[in-house]
Amino acid sequence: MATVIFSSELQRFTGEEKTHVSATNYRDLIDEILGRYDRLPANEIQKMAVAIDGEIIHDPFLETVKPDSEVHFLFRISGG
Amino acid sequence: MSEAREFKYIGQRTIRPDGYDKVTGRANYAADLSLPGMIWGKILRSPHAHARILSIDTSKAEAHPDVMAVATYQDFPHVSSEMFQAGETPTDLLDLARNLLADDKVLYHGHAIAAIAARTESAAEAALSLIEIDYEVLPPVMDVADAMKPESPVLHDDMFTVGLAEKPDKASNIASRMELKKGDIEAGFAEAEVVVERDYYTPTVHQGYIEPHATTVSIDEDGQAMVWCSTQGHFDVRASTAKLLDMELGKIKVVAAEIGGGFGGKTTVYLEPVALILSRKSGRPVKMVMTREEVFRATGPGSATRSRIKIGAKKDGTITAMQAKLCFEAGSFKGSPMGPGCMTVFTPYDVENMYIEGYDVVVNKPKVAAYRAPGAPQAEFAAEMAINELADKLGIDPIEIRLKNAAKEGTQTVYGPKLKAVGLVECLEAAKNSAQYQSALDENQGRGLAAGFWFNIGGQSSVIINMNPDGTGTILEGSPDIGGSRASIQLMAAEELGIPPSHLKPVVADTEHLAYSATTGGSRTTFATGMAVIEAAQDVVRQFKERAAAVWNVTSEQVEWVDGVAINTAGEDKLTAAEICRGAEKTGGQISGTANINARGAGPSFAVHLCDVEVDKETGKVDVIRYTAIQDAGKAIHPSYVEGQYQGGAAQGIGWALNEEYIYNEDGIMENAGFLDYRIPLASDLPMIDTVIVEVPNPFHPFGVRGVGETGIVPPLAAVATAVSDAIDVRMTDLPCSPPRVLKAILDAS
Repeated sequence: MATVIFSSELQRFTGEEKTHVSATNYRDLIDEILGRYDRLPANEIQKMAVAIDGEIIHDPFLETVKPDSEVHFLFRISGG
Repeated sequence: MSEAREFKYIGQRTIRPDGYDKVTGRANYAADLSLPGMIWGKILRSPHAHARILSIDTSKAEAHPDVMAVATYQDFPHVSSEMFQAGETPTDLLDLARNLLADDKVLYHGHAIAAIAARTESAAEAALSLIEIDYEVLPPVMDVADAMKPESPVLHDDMFTVGLAEKPDKASNIASRMELKKGDIEAGFAEAEVVVERDYYTPTVHQGYIEPHATTVSIDEDGQAMVWCSTQGHFDVRASTAKLLDMELGKIKVVAAEIGGGFGGKTTVYLEPVALILSRKSGRPVKMVMTREEVFRATGPGSATRSRIKIGAKKDGTITAMQAKLCFEAGSFKGSPMGPGCMTVFTPYDVENMYIEGYDVVVNKPKVAAYRAPGAPQAEFAAEMAINELADKLGIDPIEIRLKNAAKEGTQTVYGPKLKAVGLVECLEAAKNSAQYQSALDENQGRGLAAGFWFNIGGQSSVIINMNPDGTGTILEGSPDIGGSRASIQLMAAEELGIPPSHLKPVVADTEHLAYSATTGGSRTTFATGMAVIEAAQDVVRQFKERAAAVWNVTSEQVEWVDGVAINTAGEDKLTAAEICRGAEKTGGQISGTANINARGAGPSFAVHLCDVEVDKETGKVDVIRYTAIQDAGKAIHPSYVEGQYQGGAAQGIGWALNEEYIYNEDGIMENAGFLDYRIPLASDLPMIDTVIVEVPNPFHPFGVRGVGETGIVPPLAAVATAVSDAIDVRMTDLPCSPPRVLKAILDAS
């Protein structure tokens, strides 16, 4: 199962640092964690970028999540 | 990039595609367009830093015979607070509108209140005085520390701090709080044998682009608008303008003129929607050009910050804990780069225990804009100064302490993912081996070193390659070229197609000729638009092979594309790109390749800078006498441009460290709104900046590219301030290290 690691900001809603999910793509992963954590705000998490195995994706949708994947949510980064 | 690759064109120092136009003065910038029947727009700006607008009377101005239109906030269709995506980060539509034309409050000196369009520029300027405004003047809040005090005047009665455990019951100037942590910070400090803790300050600074904001806007009777402007992102100018004025995207065409510098400051709008209102009301094309003074007073500078850093380490230099409190000024509306500041502050270090808290705070200054690696120079200045102090305290070489704790592949960042292959260690080794680091210093001289990190980003890019019947091609891209990207795009297309770069012309297309492309920023263009051009070129190559296969009556799988030539593997036939294009009408029509992508996998870039200074101890004047900028480019597509980015970042950072700052009087009025008094470095102020390009390929890019445009401004602040501290034997914690401040430090110490 893939490992989802929550930042300290998100831990305020999840109450734990990490969880494991059976989802095999990003959309299912979101459904799975929103179903698991009542307080996790859907609009906030869906606005965030995601890093799957170190690859930062700003607009994730159906990206593959492998059983040994490590997934992080992070704030969208802009620049100058 | 998974394996080493030999390149034919990439890595060449070709002549830049925009070079002739720029050196001959032919290049057309935003202020260069004039249209038949055009009139001029001017902005009335607030004389107060903080005031309530009690009434606005524009009747006398409207009655003036030369005045053809007047605009105020009331001319926007209904605007409500709503986050929308225009540019790389979400923007509050209401804040954007109120920054363009103030509603019921002015929030900084120079805040736009009304606009006039008149037959001549001087008539528009003169008519501004006919607008009558009653104000209730309020006390200004000019510093982040003051703004955070509970008793501070509040800029926005409806702003409640976001990011706290519970929503506060009282409005304040703190827009948001953010916290990042890993490990156990208390355990980390308990393990430490030495602790360094100190406060740092960086001032409000401007990007200092040479070309002021300018636009010419026209709108036809059928509601079709054309906007010509100076921008880093014309598609996002279109999005902002359409959203603010409730127009369809297809009704607005935006043309990005040649740009005279942006550095993040041209990623939002100041004039374009206002000019469109004036054009619509007057029925004429409207031109607006900011003065330099307006650029300083009313466009987005870089945030001022106050930071506190605490670092604990063992005597052997192993860092056990890093803690930061970072307070960023947002200017008049929420939205400073506090977030990336928190995410970057300690990223050069592989340390188990970190705790970072950040605050986004409004003050009575212009709303800040992005400035080259937004948030990182301020945050990493504080961290790097503390690291250098720690090295001093432990008697360890500043490179060695960094090598001992350096981030590398596998390092868990505090903001999320583990790092892939990165080049910080290689940069540190290059610094150690550099001629500068091994040279001796003379009396009154000092040396400083600092590291820097920036993420770099990807995002949406669209490219079309149109091949011509003679085998030459035109590359249409949607990324305004602010740092040489046309040259790198041209080289990448040439490499993939096997066609000489000089046969391919890169063009920045307007919003009607290409699908959406994200704003040029975040060091994304050579990376992301580069990926798009590679994909578009592959599309062309696929068609080349199909056309050759049709000529030879074989399958396209039997055709190989080698060095710009189709080879029939089932025979001995060959066709060049020019031959295939020349016969295209017989094999299915002309050939175009397209790519519309959302690039991912941007590779971060680390840098290490070395600075030597000499200080005149009688005046406090600092001269940079030697400087080396070392940075990981992943793969340098056009090395001259990469070196130019390193040198440009260093020069801007040196200016930030030595002289640049907004100076305000007690009424909140900026007193140095011009380049005479706001001192950016001149060529004569700086030595030749030596560069070292480190190449650790980004595994997610076909050619290994990392963005290079922003990281170079991160290390100079601490490198310079450390060098000054070393020369005068006093630790400088506040920027800029200007002559008065350095002299005071010397005198105080003596």
